[in-house]
Amino acid sequence: MHDLTEVIPAVDLEGPGPQDADTPRPLRSTSSTGDLVFRGLVRSAGAVVLAVTGGIGLFLGIKAIPVFRDLGLSFFTTSDWNPDTGHIGIEAVLVGTLELATVAIVFAFPLALGLALYISEYAPPGVKGVMISLVDLMAAIPSVVYGLWGVFFLMPRELYVSHWLAQNASWIPVFEVRTNPNAPNWEQGTYTSSLFIAGLVVSLMVLPMACSVMREVFSLCPPGEKEAALALGATRWGMIRSVLLPFGKGGIIGGTMLGLGRALGETIAALMILSIAFEIKIRILELGGTTTSVLIASRFGDATSFQLSALLAAGLVLFLITLVVNTLASIVVGRSRSGASSGI
Amino acid sequence: MTTLTDSPSGTRPALGGDVDAPRPLRQRTVDDTASALGSAAAGLALGWLIYTRLTPVTGWFAFVLIAYFCGMLTYAAVTMLGSSTVVVKDRLASALIGTAAFTVMFALALIVGYTLWQGHRALGHLNFFTDDLSKAGPLDPLTKGGVLHAIAGTLFMITLAVILTVPLGIGCAVYLTEVGGRGSRLVRTVVESMTALPSIVAGLFILVTVILFLGLPRSGLAASLAISVMMLPIIARASEVVLRVVPQGLREASLALGSSQWQTVWRVVLPTARPGLTTAVILGTARGLGETSPVLLTAGYTTYLNLDPSQGPMVSLPLLTFSLSRSPEQVDIMRSFGAASVLLVLVLALFAVARAVVARTKGGRQ
Repeated sequence: MHDLTEVIPAVDLEGPGPQDADTPRPLRSTSSTGDLVFRGLVRSAGAVVLAVTGGIGLFLGIKAIPVFRDLGLSFFTTSDWNPDTGHIGIEAVLVGTLELATVAIVFAFPLALGLALYISEYAPPGVKGVMISLVDLMAAIPSVVYGLWGVFFLMPRELYVSHWLAQNASWIPVFEVRTNPNAPNWEQGTYTSSLFIAGLVVSLMVLPMACSVMREVFSLCPPGEKEAALALGATRWGMIRSVLLPFGKGGIIGGTMLGLGRALGETIAALMILSIAFEIKIRILELGGTTTSVLIASRFGDATSFQLSALLAAGLVLFLITLVVNTLASIVVGRSRSGASSGI
Repeated sequence: MTTLTDSPSGTRPALGGDVDAPRPLRQRTVDDTASALGSAAAGLALGWLIYTRLTPVTGWFAFVLIAYFCGMLTYAAVTMLGSSTVVVKDRLASALIGTAAFTVMFALALIVGYTLWQGHRALGHLNFFTDDLSKAGPLDPLTKGGVLHAIAGTLFMITLAVILTVPLGIGCAVYLTEVGGRGSRLVRTVVESMTALPSIVAGLFILVTVILFLGLPRSGLAASLAISVMMLPIIARASEVVLRVVPQGLREASLALGSSQWQTVWRVVLPTARPGLTTAVILGTARGLGETSPVLLTAGYTTYLNLDPSQGPMVSLPLLTFSLSRSPEQVDIMRSFGAASVLLVLVLALFAVARAVVARTKGGRQ
């Protein structure tokens, strides 16, 4: 207890001794040297983190300005990335990024919601903890492993699904293919390395993140309200629909958007699966396509300094999009959690 | 209210027998089990019929889809025979939710299982762990060459990144929660925004500043800087969340007993948050460990074991996995799966440690 006795003088009350009983005793403390050093250290840690993280944002902005000035709006309306002819633009990659993220979310959303509902309402008590751990584990699996699995396991098997979609759903423009899907010897190569397959793989990567946010918000739902619904004779689904889903709306939307933010920035799995083509690709079942991060990963090697700036500008645009998505997501999630606080 | 008596959530007619015996809750009735199993069997049979006889589709996936669809239809029809639409909806929703959960777990098992299964051929040879790839070409068998250089590279990069980011990240979190002040809002906003930074952009940043501007060669050092830049906001933010939930009463009690602020933080706040902080750090490390794209831009690629992080290219396990997977040779792809398996095992081990830490502290408190 040596420490405590040492500290007592640290809180130095000015004007010791009882003065006039009616005047409030002045409360002012001076910090000990230890505290000053501590605060200084911690402040400088904050400053370094601010400098590093804020520095990246500033740096990206500064590097991107000349690109936007030189190329102007054509940077956003050119789909080619051909530095030799001066045709550089991110229209195609932006469209590709959005398509990939959309496919990913279309698959990830129902699966994540179903899984979160299962864990919070249906799973037996013993299974629940295990499933939560497994979902966390799924989020920690490196993206290169997902990519490897996507290329060697999923792609050869998924071809048939793409082919079937092209045969039966080609009246939807995105499911069209350029070859004849009904030919007796259908070209399997056409259906490989597509945005659709890449989106499927990315959906598995973003799903655990969305699921954990949803599950956490569901777990904050007041048990009294759920029990009230059940006591009034609701079935379990009735309880979910009337109590849990309205309560967890913020978590559902926010979690999905966080997943979307991750899907937009995903690089390696998309790079492994996609065969790169710089064109605006509406037909997602077909070979080829590209995303912003794939553009950066595939073009950084032979780039001149202006091209690097252009890549940085593309990176900045991608970062701004994910930033907006993530900020909106955290606002939505934060609002739904606002009532919850912890006390002692 | 015929619905209620038929409902699967166990509201069976009250038992007439012993008054003291608790009524069984949530017990599945024979009807529940029988209709589920029967519909599953009917779905399989119908699906098989349609798949083999009536439609020209091929592939096991099509069969699964058709059978699932038939099964759900049968389930709805069977339920409708004896119960109202409320019960039909409840049962279909349960089935759909269960399917989603099963699909995800199945996919996870497939991903882990397939990678380890493909990797086990490479992992079976001891030289895979004790040799680098400098003397083994793509045509050499698996008995030559290994991934020692990538294991060493990964360990170096992640160690340096952890050394750099953990004190900074936790220090920043302590600043945000314990000290605060005018600047803290700005720091919090910036850190929070930077968690949205795509990892490839972090790599590009280090490539342009450290490698092209400062003239450092592509090396392990540059790669670990890129990983650090990516991990720093993640760890800072996760730690801040953990520190914020430390009950305010504990801090006040400590201060009221006369301890100074740093003693409060060091002896009360940080120990209370230790399990959460450990988890935050371990999960951040797992993220950094598996990150490929910043390393791709900054580390270069080599087949040699390079133990000097400041000179010459250095390769990490994810980067090696990626590079080998692009090779047309079967042996290289097997090696790629081997490297992925080693990586997966590392992540699993880290994960198990995180779980053990949390479980132990929870057990200790009870």
